Amino acid sequence: MDPRTLFTELSYIVASVLFVLGLRGLSHPESARRGMHLAEVGMLLAIIGTLVNREIISYEWILAGLLIGSAIGVPMGLMVPMTAMPQRTALSHAFGALAASLVGVSEYYLHGAGLGPIKMPALSFEVLLGSLTTTGSLIACAKLQGVLPGAPLTYKGQNIFNLSLLGITILCFILLLVFPGRAELFYLMLFLSFVFGVLLVLPIGAADMPVVIALLNSYAGLASAATGMVIGNNVLIIAGMLDGGSGFILSIVMCRAMNRSITNVLFGAFGSVSETVTASNGEMHATNIEDVAILLAYARQAVFVPGYGMATAQAQHVLRQLADALEERGVTVKYAIHPVAGRMPGHMNVLLAEANVPYSQLQELEVINPEFPSTDVAVVIGANDVVNPDARDNPKSIIAGMPILEVDRAKTVVVLKRGQGKGFSGLVNPLFFKPNCEMLYGDAKESLTNLVQAVHAA
Amino acid sequence: MAPEILLATFYVLILAAFLGYQVISRVPSLLHTPLMSATNAISGISLVGSLVTAGAHQTTVSAILGLCAVICSTTNVVSGFILTDRMLKMFKRREGQPSKKEK
Repeated sequence: MDPRTLFTELSYIVASVLFVLGLRGLSHPESARRGMHLAEVGMLLAIIGTLVNREIISYEWILAGLLIGSAIGVPMGLMVPMTAMPQRTALSHAFGALAASLVGVSEYYLHGAGLGPIKMPALSFEVLLGSLTTTGSLIACAKLQGVLPGAPLTYKGQNIFNLSLLGITILCFILLLVFPGRAELFYLMLFLSFVFGVLLVLPIGAADMPVVIALLNSYAGLASAATGMVIGNNVLIIAGMLDGGSGFILSIVMCRAMNRSITNVLFGAFGSVSETVTASNGEMHATNIEDVAILLAYARQAVFVPGYGMATAQAQHVLRQLADALEERGVTVKYAIHPVAGRMPGHMNVLLAEANVPYSQLQELEVINPEFPSTDVAVVIGANDVVNPDARDNPKSIIAGMPILEVDRAKTVVVLKRGQGKGFSGLVNPLFFKPNCEMLYGDAKESLTNLVQAVHAA
Repeated sequence: MAPEILLATFYVLILAAFLGYQVISRVPSLLHTPLMSATNAISGISLVGSLVTAGAHQTTVSAILGLCAVICSTTNVVSGFILTDRMLKMFKRREGQPSKKEK
């Protein structure tokens, strides 16, 4: 083995180990940053190891690519606000998948039928998955950014049409294995995959985005791993599988948190189901800032339940101020985080951490639920379905069986809400009609700001 | 590709999947967003494939495709690592009285 190849291979082995160590660091917030620094070193090593490769004859294009990529990446990394993390994650899935797809197309363009019976399936797989992830992620990004409407876009016969399109794409895939030299089949498959990606995500509502993002993450990783198989590069296979595995695990976690299957998310078009109205008799009790402030100020324990509405109102910093004011008065403050609160896995945790909330106060569903009966006030901020008691009590509800935060077991529940409208899913929330529930209407940020002053005055 | 090499490749694939499952199922939901951004950055390693495609310069078309791929992957690697670090920096344990530290 010549020394250059040896150096390349060694750098890849070290990089793989560093990536795994980096991800292992993420098992605790204390070790996470150090872990990521290891992964960064691994990345740098792998790049240097690649640059000595004998196949590379000119460095101009490489340098241009690295410079342009960094010119986009650095500002993106430094400036993207935490509320926009879901969009940016979707966008980066699109970039990653596109890169895999492009390498695949280039390999096919260069070698065509010469790839042989083993590389060809991996390459087709890479291009198929890469392309559909690219467009799918772009649509997800557009929905999250609000460029496209967040509601599911559906029409009659949609599932049949989409499935037939997928069928034709897979047919191209199979035919390509038999006739690898037929370039027109390859480009047809490429085109259809791009189209299928768009059609796959259009009918999925923004509230289901945590699952979709995790799933697309998984696809992007698998496409990278397939690229590794095509070009015979182990570090790519390893990193791709780590990414793919992570996306897969997160999709399962998210689906479990909504008590739905992945097929149901992809083809169910949530929200289009006509729902039987239940328990909506009774009245909502409106309350005011002063009463809530008194409730909070004299509580022993208050639990805040943030949802996507808190993120859109940018209310996390004011929420922290309110928590500070309460803690100064000796109130125990906790935050209950539902796994699908927000638009991507773990979104609420990042937003609250940004507002300087110590992570020990962020409680998961299983931990906080037994505490609600001994909680004086539960404050729901811009969350709806994740606190809907119908999921627990009404087996006919379309969200039946979804694990919820049982805020209705607290002595008093205060719901901060824009108006009397329904939640994102269009479901009636019987919580709002319970006798221990009080509604505080208005913009979440404004209400919280007023609450801070009122608590100080109390 | 010889069958032995294919077999070895599969070994790597399966072991990596297994290892990934073990490591990632230990990440708490608290850190799921940074996890996503970190795996994103790491899978930007497809950069090494793109680098060869761009640098080998076999035909102009393949070089252009390679260049685009290098740009995409580099963007992911750079922004992914910066963002992950930005997020992880924010996760703090409680230190003393937090309201005093603020001022």
